[in-house]
Amino acid sequence: MKTRVANEWLVFAVLLAVLLLAAPNALSPFRLNLLGKFLALAILALGIDLIWGYTGILSLGHGVFFGLGGYCMAMYLKLAVGTAGTYMVALPDFMVWNGLKALPWFWKPMYHFWIAIPLAVLLPALCGAIFGFLTFRSRVQGVYFSIITQAMALVASLLLIGQQPYTGGTNGITDFNDILGFPIAAKKTQTGLYIVTVLCLAACYVLCRWIVRSKFGRVLAAIRDAENRVRFLAYDTVMFKVFVFSISAALAGLAGALFVPQVGIISPSNIGVVPSIEMAIWVAVGGRGTLSGAVLGAVLVNAAKSAFSESFPDFWLYFLGLLFIGVVLFFPEGCVGIFLRARERFRRPAKKSPGAELKSEMEKPVPQRAGGVSR
Amino acid sequence: MTPNTFLLGQTFNGLSYCSILLLISLGLAITFGLMGVINMAHGELMMLGSYTAYVLQNIFLRHYSEHFSYYFAIALPLAFVVAGAVGLLLERSLIRFLYGRPLETLLATWGVSLILQQLMRQIFGANNVDVRSPAWLTGRWEPFPGLELPHIRLFIIAFTAICVLLMYAVLFRTTLGLKIRAVTQNRDMSACLGISTGKVDAYTFAIGSGLAGMAGCIISLMGSVGPNTGQNYIVDAFMVVVLGGVGKLAGAIAGSFAIGEVNVLFESFSTATMGKVLVFTVVILFLQWKPSGVFPSKVRSLD
Repeated sequence: MKTRVANEWLVFAVLLAVLLLAAPNALSPFRLNLLGKFLALAILALGIDLIWGYTGILSLGHGVFFGLGGYCMAMYLKLAVGTAGTYMVALPDFMVWNGLKALPWFWKPMYHFWIAIPLAVLLPALCGAIFGFLTFRSRVQGVYFSIITQAMALVASLLLIGQQPYTGGTNGITDFNDILGFPIAAKKTQTGLYIVTVLCLAACYVLCRWIVRSKFGRVLAAIRDAENRVRFLAYDTVMFKVFVFSISAALAGLAGALFVPQVGIISPSNIGVVPSIEMAIWVAVGGRGTLSGAVLGAVLVNAAKSAFSESFPDFWLYFLGLLFIGVVLFFPEGCVGIFLRARERFRRPAKKSPGAELKSEMEKPVPQRAGGVSR
Repeated sequence: MTPNTFLLGQTFNGLSYCSILLLISLGLAITFGLMGVINMAHGELMMLGSYTAYVLQNIFLRHYSEHFSYYFAIALPLAFVVAGAVGLLLERSLIRFLYGRPLETLLATWGVSLILQQLMRQIFGANNVDVRSPAWLTGRWEPFPGLELPHIRLFIIAFTAICVLLMYAVLFRTTLGLKIRAVTQNRDMSACLGISTGKVDAYTFAIGSGLAGMAGCIISLMGSVGPNTGQNYIVDAFMVVVLGGVGKLAGAIAGSFAIGEVNVLFESFSTATMGKVLVFTVVILFLQWKPSGVFPSKVRSLD
């Protein structure tokens, strides 16, 4: 048992070293940038896994929190352009097109990097907490919660498109020059951003692992498996769910803030109904209820997406559709689940440990149902 | 135009929007409310209905242009058959493995919807296509000066009313309806009593899908249709079901009336997007007061 945990940390350390030291030298700037983007999205996947894999709540509105973080960052970057923009004025270009004369009040704090960045994490957390409180308190559960979050994603993207003078509309916010004084497109800046992303991902992984291994994490799993029983044991399940939803939203916001400077644009097409539901499939492909699965899934699916759209753009949607169907019908445990089961089968004849039932969360098979009807 | 006729006109517009929503969510109320399946491909089944009308229109224009005015009367039942058949195929090949796991049906049917969308995009192109209304639907009825009611909207309202009545008749006056209700209430006991639950599931799902197809046919009258037509309506339709409560058709009726009228009301004094935002807020606030919708299905068991 102990050696196994040590092995996990060894794998973690080796992967971190490879990502930090080998990848920046071995990959071309284009590929490194792509990898950085995937790893930023992996942070979001960790957040989704926390509420879906571990707490059994499927959110189809995480694009909104991702977008909140992303837009905070984009607003800072846009204001950092200053008077060097197309129109040589201090106002962002799309505000000039739309006839705004002065900067709206909610843009003003974004001049400061050290206000924009905390906001990119805290704003989603706050919105997640309010939304979660309102829905969980009225005991909206299971698919109802998923449907309402999906409506939230729709409304948020419509709002962003509709308020074009303040948000940039369909085009979103793009054309950035520099971040903290460094030119944003330069190779060195991009490598720096990549390294920051890797470090953030590692920190988030450790945080999530600590959460799911703690007593708090046990309660979350209990809520997933039988919420009413947990409630009857005098746990305030609403507050547990609100808290974990809020953390998950904060992770999504952080992912958005890291995504924007590497990709150079954020627009409503990153946060609507369609991207939000795609985020769930990353976690499902990797393996629900395993943190490594969430990271793996985010990287795999997005890598497949960029590979497909380079060579067969028309077939990507077919592939994605089949992925949705296949992962539900044939591989509900995802890649990591399959790997763990294969390892289990390989090991079982050798040794049967007495504490087999008390296996760690990492090795527990993924629950078949997530908020479903028990039968 | 006096304020009263304006209000009347808005209410009427709201009513026709309500009927479209109702027609879509009627199918959902059956697949979601009765069977517990979240069919994200419902919007795409609708879209199949729209394209059925489009194809039939082109066939009529080319070969039977003298009978063009009748084409829509054929398109409606044909859309029901096409979408129903696709629904049947979907149920037998995919959904029947996922009963009792609504979140899984949500993800799997989303995959189906992506595939159907891309298929239609490759067959008919990414651009929207127009379906021409037959002549008997293009006029306006003016009950008194200042108030003009387009025939299309009147037709939609009447057609929805007929569909709702038919659904009630099927569910409460036929053997199939009896079986559907029995399987919904207690699947195991129904099976013990000799009802082939698999067959009932398949029929129920096909009826729900067929209704979606007819809704798509109706929507093609209101504007051009394209591969994304279904997605524009599906979220609203699900909100209707959540608001109305599942398990009863009355829930879908109440939900679509509430959402439709409130939407048109808000839109009339702000923009279309703000209307949607306000409706969403109202729904969230309403669920604080009645968490399982207007007509909750009563259960006594807990897990």
